[in-house]
Amino acid sequence: MIEVENLTKFYGPVPALRHVSFTVEQGETVGFLGPNGAGKTTTLRILTCFMPPTSGIARVAGLDCQLNSLEVRAKIGYLPENVPLYSEMTTRRFLEFAATAKGVTRSRTKQEIERVMQICAITPVASRTIGHLSKGYRQRIGIAQALLNDPPILILDEPTIGLDPTQIVEIRALIKDLGAERTIILSSHILPEVSQICQRILIINNGQIIATDTPANLITQLQDNLQVHLEVEGPRSEIIEKLGGVPGVLTVQPTKGESTYVIECERGQDVRSEVARTVVEHGWQLRELKLQDLSLEEIFMQLVTDEEPEEK
Amino acid sequence: MKGFYVVYRKELYRLFASPIFYVVAFIFLALVGYFFYSSVAYYSLLSFQAGTNPFLSEQLNLMDMVLEPFFGSISIILLLMVPLITMRLFAEEKKTGTAELLFTYPISDRGAVLGKFTAGVTVLLLLLLGTFPAMLLLGIITNPPWEAIGGGYVGLFLMSSAFVSLGLLASSLTENQIIAAAIAFGALLLLWIIGWSESLVGPVLGSFLKYLSLLTHYDNFAKGILDSRDVLFYILFILLFLFSTLRILESRHWRG
Repeated sequence: MIEVENLTKFYGPVPALRHVSFTVEQGETVGFLGPNGAGKTTTLRILTCFMPPTSGIARVAGLDCQLNSLEVRAKIGYLPENVPLYSEMTTRRFLEFAATAKGVTRSRTKQEIERVMQICAITPVASRTIGHLSKGYRQRIGIAQALLNDPPILILDEPTIGLDPTQIVEIRALIKDLGAERTIILSSHILPEVSQICQRILIINNGQIIATDTPANLITQLQDNLQVHLEVEGPRSEIIEKLGGVPGVLTVQPTKGESTYVIECERGQDVRSEVARTVVEHGWQLRELKLQDLSLEEIFMQLVTDEEPEEK
Repeated sequence: MKGFYVVYRKELYRLFASPIFYVVAFIFLALVGYFFYSSVAYYSLLSFQAGTNPFLSEQLNLMDMVLEPFFGSISIILLLMVPLITMRLFAEEKKTGTAELLFTYPISDRGAVLGKFTAGVTVLLLLLLGTFPAMLLLGIITNPPWEAIGGGYVGLFLMSSAFVSLGLLASSLTENQIIAAAIAFGALLLLWIIGWSESLVGPVLGSFLKYLSLLTHYDNFAKGILDSRDVLFYILFILLFLFSTLRILESRHWRG
């Protein structure tokens, strides 16, 4: 549905994107993840035909974003970053404008506006001036205009920014619903969000894609060593020494707590039962034994803080 | 042309929703009213004096003494006011980021330019209509040359459309409204007075500069003369600036 080949974008001498390539299949929900300034917005702006790439090709539904700009734009619902809206207009008036601009026929306009207002729960502010509304409402009006005319592709630049926790949950559920029959690209710098909504994650940093996979695969791929969190009462030095001898255990580190330790063990080896047995054999009090998953946050940090990000 | 009507309607809505239009309209109409009043008052004063001076009465002429100064003053006020109306057309969209919204909708660039231009022209048409009661007033107290007045209004309309097209180009060049207004005002003023240097630069260049001047072409209209050369000049002027605006907008498609 969306193909990007070798996209490069320079702002003056500054490279914002460097040889970015990826594809998004029909019906997929893909999350663009990266720190601020990584090139997320630039990529999305190129896909929505707002700006041209310096080199490379972006195709949406087989159409070149530069050569068939109008056709591409008709297929995309776009929520720009920071949600620019005409602040003098009322919500309904603005949506009317957006619907007409997107080619909704006059007879369907009213019905279509009611539909998106219902979905985004902005009906109560239909006749309020946009400039006087809160960030949360503005954000939802932005999503509402993207949904007008039911485009097959949605491109959402940071859709949940500025919303309160309940609204965030609602919008995420909404995006998940929409994703059932549409192709969605969303960008975010919040990991749990992306891992919840998206089937696939593209991690981008310094204008390059440094990893792309499902959230689950990313975790297994990048987990080098397993960590086991242990809380046990007993003589510290003895515990460290004995547990260090358990097969598969690499190191035993005492942590800040009175009686807590972090055991690092080899990849693919589950040492928990062996550790438990050793503790019990010595008559110490076992309080807690937990396998620590490397969270997506840690993977993300690992990826984006590497000096030389490896290219995938 | 896709999107012309929707951009036109949106632009009109925004122009009327902002206080700029009302302030500009108020000042414009107040100034026009003042100029109209003073020229009519002067004319009637001279008419009284003409009662005792037969030579003066031969020179009394409504066209020369009321209508020409009236149209002349409107054109000068418009020169000052039009940049204030056109400055936001593109600059504000770029500044607030709504350009990103507008240009990711399936709207053609041509539609956007023409929609904004037509909205600006519509606003000026309303301002000009607002000055027409002065003519009606003149119609009550005397019998003015209506054809000449019609010619004058056609000239005003063409000239203000030309101002709008230049203002639109200025607005597309920058995202700062003040800069857009300054460029438009500077360029309009230069094109207004460029004919004055005619005598300094020699006959060939001089007649060329005079031809370029917005004032030269407006003079005939203000005298009530409809000359197709002047009409053509304004139409070409408008087309040139609309075309340039379109090219500036399109440049975002290739300027990497």
